[in-house]
Amino acid sequence: MPIKSYLAHPHDGQKAELVKALSDIEACEVMPATNENILVVVTDTLDDASEEILKEQIDKIQSLKLLALVSGFNSPQN
Amino acid sequence: MYNSLSTRRSFIKKMAKLSAMTAAASMFPGILFASEQEQGIPNGADLEWKKGPCRFCGVGCGILVGTENGKAVAVKGDPNSAVNKGLLCVKGYHQTMCIQSKDRLTHALVKKNGKYVQTPIQEALDIVANKMKETIDAHGKDSVAMYTSGQSTIPEGYVASKFMKGAIGTNNLDCNARLCMASAVTGFLTTFGADEPMGCYEDIDHADYFITWGNNMAEMHPVLFSRMLEQKSKRGAKIIDFATRTSRSSTASDRSILFEPQTDLAVANAICYEIINNGWVNNSFVEKHCNFSKGLTNIGYGVEDKFKFADKPEKIDFSAYKAFLKEYSPEKVAKYSGVSVKDIKYLASIYGDPNKKVVSYWCMGMNQHTRGTWMNNLVYNIHLLTGKISQPGNGPFSLTGQPSACGTAREVGTFTHKLPKGVVTNPKNRELAAKIWKVPVERIPSKPTYHATEMFRAVDRGDIKFIWTQVTNPLVSLPKTSRYRPGMEKKSCFVVVSDVFPTPTSDVADVILPASWHIEKSGLYGNSERRTQHWDKMVEGPGETTPDAWMTIQVAKRMGYGDLFPYSEENHVEEIYNEYRQFHEGAKHGMAPLEVLKKESGAIWPYVNGKSTQWRFNAKYDPACSNGEAFDFYGKPDGRAVIWQRPYEPPAESPDSEYPYWLNTGRVIEHWHTGSMTRRIPVLHKAMPSAYIEFHPDDAKALAIRNGEQIKVTSRRGSCVLPASINERGLPTKGQVFVPFFDENMLINDVTLDAFCPISKEPDYKKCAVKIEKV
Ligand code: SF4
Repeated sequence: MPIKSYLAHPHDGQKAELVKALSDIEACEVMPATNENILVVVTDTLDDASEEILKEQIDKIQSLKLLALVSGFNSPQN
Repeated sequence: MYNSLSTRRSFIKKMAKLSAMTAAASMFPGILFASEQEQGIPNGADLEWKKGPCRFCGVGCGILVGTENGKAVAVKGDPNSAVNKGLLCVKGYHQTMCIQSKDRLTHALVKKNGKYVQTPIQEALDIVANKMKETIDAHGKDSVAMYTSGQSTIPEGYVASKFMKGAIGTNNLDCNARLCMASAVTGFLTTFGADEPMGCYEDIDHADYFITWGNNMAEMHPVLFSRMLEQKSKRGAKIIDFATRTSRSSTASDRSILFEPQTDLAVANAICYEIINNGWVNNSFVEKHCNFSKGLTNIGYGVEDKFKFADKPEKIDFSAYKAFLKEYSPEKVAKYSGVSVKDIKYLASIYGDPNKKVVSYWCMGMNQHTRGTWMNNLVYNIHLLTGKISQPGNGPFSLTGQPSACGTAREVGTFTHKLPKGVVTNPKNRELAAKIWKVPVERIPSKPTYHATEMFRAVDRGDIKFIWTQVTNPLVSLPKTSRYRPGMEKKSCFVVVSDVFPTPTSDVADVILPASWHIEKSGLYGNSERRTQHWDKMVEGPGETTPDAWMTIQVAKRMGYGDLFPYSEENHVEEIYNEYRQFHEGAKHGMAPLEVLKKESGAIWPYVNGKSTQWRFNAKYDPACSNGEAFDFYGKPDGRAVIWQRPYEPPAESPDSEYPYWLNTGRVIEHWHTGSMTRRIPVLHKAMPSAYIEFHPDDAKALAIRNGEQIKVTSRRGSCVLPASINERGLPTKGQVFVPFFDENMLINDVTLDAFCPISKEPDYKKCAVKIEKV
């Protein structure tokens, strides 16, 4: 049950679009920085396969310039 | 810690979020996610928030720990703390997650027939006391030793000192701060006659330039570094990184200047040469407030047992000092330092500009140096020549690594030569200690015995027959563990280890005592800016875990010293602190009363008339100044600081044809020192699961080494196998490799050299010669 956190960098002037696009994905929690052009993204998926699919989905977002992994681990089952 | 999976997951998500926030904070100045912080706390939680200092580094951030039903469930930055203003780094946010680790030491363990047997704590303390007493009876007082920590609380350090020096009557007490701060102490004492920085963190809000000397603050002092970045963005303050390795700090700085190992001595002198040659000396400041001195040269490296050195200071004048500096023109120094003439002149021009405020920061790069005391002196020279000292935004600032290296190791004085006030060699200092401790003055020996490295050499030689370590893991952190591990395994020495988790040091113990963790006891720490911080016990510890201070007191009582330790179990922290405060009474070092520390997020000493003193030695801010001038360096009898003539001398060991690479060791942001706590915090362990050996890409190419390949690094002392890392966390200069020391499975200190600064006795972990082989 992977939980990962990323720093997402939007293309110039597209922070709002990126926040919206990421917020529309159910497995993503988005937290934009108040005063910088960067977002914290936390993903919460059931297994590695769904994590992979989610990652591909995020990578396709047009307003996303760069996604950098910060931390990631599998939550134990019990 | 959590019963339900959903609560656990939400907590882990919060931690993942906080890691990302902290990573962002190290990249972006003044980044704010403030409104989100409290939203990450478990839903429906009814938390009680208690204040304290962070358990990990010497920055000393204020934390608030949220407890629910007797468990610590959340940590956030204390917005009232002037240190961090609500911000924390990745270690700070996650700190309480190690407490409940499955392998926590919850009961005493006594080795019987080669096996550890769980033993009631009272019985284990009986064994420790009996063994210590028997050893003293058979071999004398100097056959027993204690080795404590810059992570011990102030009361823990105080009772250890009173027990060893006042009760038993031996100076066989030293601590791991010898490995990180001793050169800073001797630097302060030789230049100013008084330990610890004159400024405070508020300097960050005023400085135009921050020059970091061999100091990767983005990883080691991350909250201070983000405060600097904030000033960079808000006011255009500049950060200049002067180092031997390109790190996260270098890339976030305005300028990164690299130098060859050990040549910082020469570059510092070249900066002074430039300051004088360009007429940038603040003549009236120097004339009124400084003396010039020189000491002995070719002072050795301490690699042999029982090495002895005493400096012989000699006064010189400005013209002699100026003549000495002729050897350090930028042109001459550029030839061997790897720093261009232009860059040396650039650094000098920053310090020399009377309209720019400059703070110099340093930590292990300058301290863990075979000429560490000299290096500290040389940076003070720069600030003294230009008069940029003891003013908001202007000053040299030696940072500490450990959370109470200042508060406990240096102020309480858990070094062999120290007393809570002053040194054992000073009769007046011994008299004061004897009076407060209520012991005969003759009992406190007047000669220092073993500093850390020599203490473990004495264990190996069989001279020390009983050693008790508290809050430290020397068999990972000492240099040349390839000698000191077999030394500690010898039957000739009875080893007692107090700790929270098993470590390679507890693996060689005869008795393991289960210590309380940080928030499971009350305590006080003192951080890098002379700030003393108190916290109350927040949660119960598991099993028979006991505060280290209380274990020391219990052993002292069993050995017949009960009258010297009349403290109660419930209030011993308070009682000890109140007794300790008597040592520092007065305007030069007065400590804040406990009632103040209980209310506020720390107070800076000297605490005089209800006020912290933020800038010492400056009459405008420091009530202890009494010479009628703007500045009074009152640590010296004549009120003058010393500008020292200190030359460049080569390191103890340099690369040669057999061992052609430099080895540099250090830390990473995710782990606290030897990793015994942070490697038990899942999010930190996952982020940085194991150590590695960093190469410059050209060296990796020449050796045909690829990322992740297993590499054997070997010195004349020992070897260690680690995966290669190229272009990842840091970038060493060509001809140098870097290895972090947090990983007990890859003991890089088997490889390092136990050479030390002859004045401070602090080892140099940054320079030795190694060879590289693919496994
Ligand atoms: S910077 Fe140091 S004191 Fe502050 S939160 Fe991080 S580890 Fe703790």
